[in-house]
Amino acid sequence: MYYQAKKIITVILLHTFLISVALSCIFPFFWMVNVSFKTQSEYDADSGLKLAQSLNWDNYHKVIFEGGFWRYIVNSVVYTFATVIFIVFISSLAAFGFSRLNFPGKNIIFFMFLAAMMIPLPAGFVPIYALLQQLGLLNRAGYIFAMTNIGLSLSIYLLKTFFDQLPRDLEDAARIDGCNKLQIWWHVGLPLVAPALGVVVIFNALNVWNEFVLAKLIFTDEQFMPLQAGLMEFTGKMVTQHTLIMTALTIAALPIIILYIKMQKQFIKGLTAGAVVG
Amino acid sequence: MNASFKENSLNFSFVAPALFIFSIFYIYPFFYSFILSLTNYDLIGDFNFKNYYVGFSNFRDVFTDKDWWKSMYNGGYITFWALTFQNILAFALALAVDKVVRLKKFYRVVFFILPVLSEIIIGLLMKQLLIGEPTGRNVFNNLLNSAGLGFMAQDWIGGDRVRMITALVHCWKGFGWAFVILFAGLQTIPEQLYEAAKIDGANAWQQFRKITIPLVMPVITLVVVLTILGTMQAFAMILALNAGAGGETTVPVMIIFSHLGGASKLAGLACAEGLILGAILVAVSFSMFFVSKKVREKYGVLPS
Repeated sequence: MYYQAKKIITVILLHTFLISVALSCIFPFFWMVNVSFKTQSEYDADSGLKLAQSLNWDNYHKVIFEGGFWRYIVNSVVYTFATVIFIVFISSLAAFGFSRLNFPGKNIIFFMFLAAMMIPLPAGFVPIYALLQQLGLLNRAGYIFAMTNIGLSLSIYLLKTFFDQLPRDLEDAARIDGCNKLQIWWHVGLPLVAPALGVVVIFNALNVWNEFVLAKLIFTDEQFMPLQAGLMEFTGKMVTQHTLIMTALTIAALPIIILYIKMQKQFIKGLTAGAVVG
Repeated sequence: MNASFKENSLNFSFVAPALFIFSIFYIYPFFYSFILSLTNYDLIGDFNFKNYYVGFSNFRDVFTDKDWWKSMYNGGYITFWALTFQNILAFALALAVDKVVRLKKFYRVVFFILPVLSEIIIGLLMKQLLIGEPTGRNVFNNLLNSAGLGFMAQDWIGGDRVRMITALVHCWKGFGWAFVILFAGLQTIPEQLYEAAKIDGANAWQQFRKITIPLVMPVITLVVVLTILGTMQAFAMILALNAGAGGETTVPVMIIFSHLGGASKLAGLACAEGLILGAILVAVSFSMFFVSKKVREKYGVLPS
């Protein structure tokens, strides 16, 4: 009896602790979505602590079309897609090369990629900015190349460890059937490392989608800004329009939250991949 | 032109694209930042080392710059909170989730929402929750009032305690990430060890002290090192939250950013600052790994 009561109380205490922390994570987002449906006067009356009276889409219309938010979203989608596609092709080719092919200097080059992950280069954006400025690449192409480079090391490392575990028999079979190396990479290698590619895609897509510093430095023209830089720009203009700011934040955050809840396993793997390597 | 040369170049061509991008956007900038740090290049006109060379004066300027050391102090202050409050909270949560049977997955998903979102979104969202005058009716003060804690209401993003509040928001954003890594570490401990200890009569505290702590020690070290590296380089969230609050929450990267992004581009100075910060961080993380190795030897834990 005594032990059972003690156990039940422990479980209740644990859940109280966990749920209160969980609420602190969830509440701000409910509040955010709630405020995005309110008019300014409604918000002034209750600071968004009461449920919105109706699903009022006016704020969304204002933010996306009048505030030019659609452009930030399109830009972010373009940058993210381009960067991820570049990284997937370049890093899987390189990982296949490091894992399966031989050439002089292979280990030294691979070690260089590894070392790049270990050495923190805070403010690495300073020389990159100076370089892009000199190459005349302070534009979308320069941004995509720079972001591609940021994700390259970790992606190569992840894919190489995956390629290393694959049995060589499949490649031999493909070679006997007349595949060359490039065809083996495309027809045998890539399909087999698909799970690792998923992690690589999510890790890099989030990295580009959430990136702010380089974007803010490179794009002085609002027309080319991605979402994060656009958010700062937008809130700077709308300081007192709380409901519009919350609408903009909802537009930026909610798709990511929904995507995350749908694919949480891959997200957690993708985001902790960097830590596990170190 | 023999066959093996052809073969080698064909093989090399697989890594060539990666190496090409890596050389231009990582290796070259890496050495370039050492060169730039010795100049006062303003990013206008062509770079010519001789014309812009100023010796080590950038480094001297950084070492004598009070604002820079204030920002290092602020960064260290936030790092201290992240190391203690954030990581202890994360560890407690990991232990609790490990213990409970129900809702395990729910907690894991919820705690990791914040690390998934961008620093800008978190910073702006918290700013909207906390904004207002000392007597103003912002959301947080309203909540405190209705909870009967009205005396705690204050100016959250510019008041006297702004540095601590910024540190707490940083912890709030980061704990989920530490939680996931520590939780994964706890899951790797084999259940048999606890069962054997129970049979030997060990109580919960002894099990925690003698099994859990030593076995997750490598993971804890990893989290500590990554927390230091991550927090000292924090930037976007604080910019979005209170933009430095007049120097009270200015962090090192914020200063570097303002030197590079301002009207006059002080690229050389910004590089010198980046290198000094980088050197400090490398030193800290190396010494942490050294300490952890000693600790592991002392505990007699098998190498992981």
